[in-house]
Amino acid sequence: MPEAQVRKKLTIVEEIFHEGGPVSEQPLRRGATLAVIHNPFAGRYVEDIAGFMEDLKPLGLDMAKALIIALGGTKSVEGFGKGAIVGSSGELEHGALWHVPGGYAMRQLLGDAKAIVSSTKKMGGPGSRLDVPITHINASYVRSHFDAMEVGVTDAPRSDEIVLALVMTTGPRIHARVGGLKASEIKGEDGLR
Amino acid sequence: MKARIRKLAIFLEETCQEMGKTITPPTRRAAAVAVIENPYAGKYVEDLSELMVIGEELGELLTKRAVAALGISGPSAESYGKAAAVGENGEIEHAAAILHPKLGTPVRKVLGKGAALIPSSKKRGGMGVVLDIPLGHKDAAYVRSHFDGMEVRINDAPRANEIMVAIAVTDSGRPLARVGGLTKDQIKGEDGLR
Repeated sequence: MPEAQVRKKLTIVEEIFHEGGPVSEQPLRRGATLAVIHNPFAGRYVEDIAGFMEDLKPLGLDMAKALIIALGGTKSVEGFGKGAIVGSSGELEHGALWHVPGGYAMRQLLGDAKAIVSSTKKMGGPGSRLDVPITHINASYVRSHFDAMEVGVTDAPRSDEIVLALVMTTGPRIHARVGGLKASEIKGEDGLR
Repeated sequence: MKARIRKLAIFLEETCQEMGKTITPPTRRAAAVAVIENPYAGKYVEDLSELMVIGEELGELLTKRAVAALGISGPSAESYGKAAAVGENGEIEHAAAILHPKLGTPVRKVLGKGAALIPSSKKRGGMGVVLDIPLGHKDAAYVRSHFDGMEVRINDAPRANEIMVAIAVTDSGRPLARVGGLTKDQIKGEDGLR
């Protein structure tokens, strides 16, 4: 299968200084990188689709790299998530092709991050919004880092396209104060705690 | 800084293909958006000069951020636009106070030139409202290939007492422009129109 055909790329970086409480010295940055690609399986049922995961790997690495740079480098990144929106002539299963190339690209570039990459996917038309869940890169249970970022592209996905998304954050929610496991308490053995 | 900023968001969009045709180099546009507190929310205030000063500050800050996202020098920018969305406790006139009196000068300073009017739009709305920033060539408003628009939105802004202020900058026109009119190589650049 040929490499993924990218129609459009979108990078979004949010810098959050406060949310009604004390202004943080270190603003939280939340970033997303999105690629609008052609869905090679649109319009028909194809049984054997798994090979496309391999084709998506270079794109996943490019996207993860670009997002890490936009957020200030590997050391800045503490949370991550991923997602996909599949256009109407595709299948939800096509969105699942993003799990391996999207997730492993981020974990690899972030120094073998231990936690599973939280994710979401859906079918949608142009302008669909996706709330991409975010968790700590080394321990899923870190409560301060549970977050989400809403992403979308005005004119995508068209029916034969897929929007692929990677999301990263540089720290806890801006006024995190609901207890639970702290980032400073991570054991880092199982990716959970 | 006079503006009390809760949040900044930068959007960078690259179009690599359109209708199956590869766009070389990709057309690119960036928008920088600030979410600020509206100092006049909830009351009628006659003198809006504080917002005019905030407009001046944001003109510089947001243009610099947009240009930085594109990774180009200011003078290499080709088109621009501005827009504001006022939360429900504000007035449309608050958007006007930010956008029109003082915001343009620092924008043009960052971009080197900018003889043309900066196209603008404004509205009042709730969180997640869509802002369509109109785009036009920065040195000659009639350049047809550069008439465009960029949509931005932030799911949690503007809150009732906030204003969302956006500046968009591009390094190119539409991806497959082919409806004639004045082209960028024909710009005289004297009157901001042609």
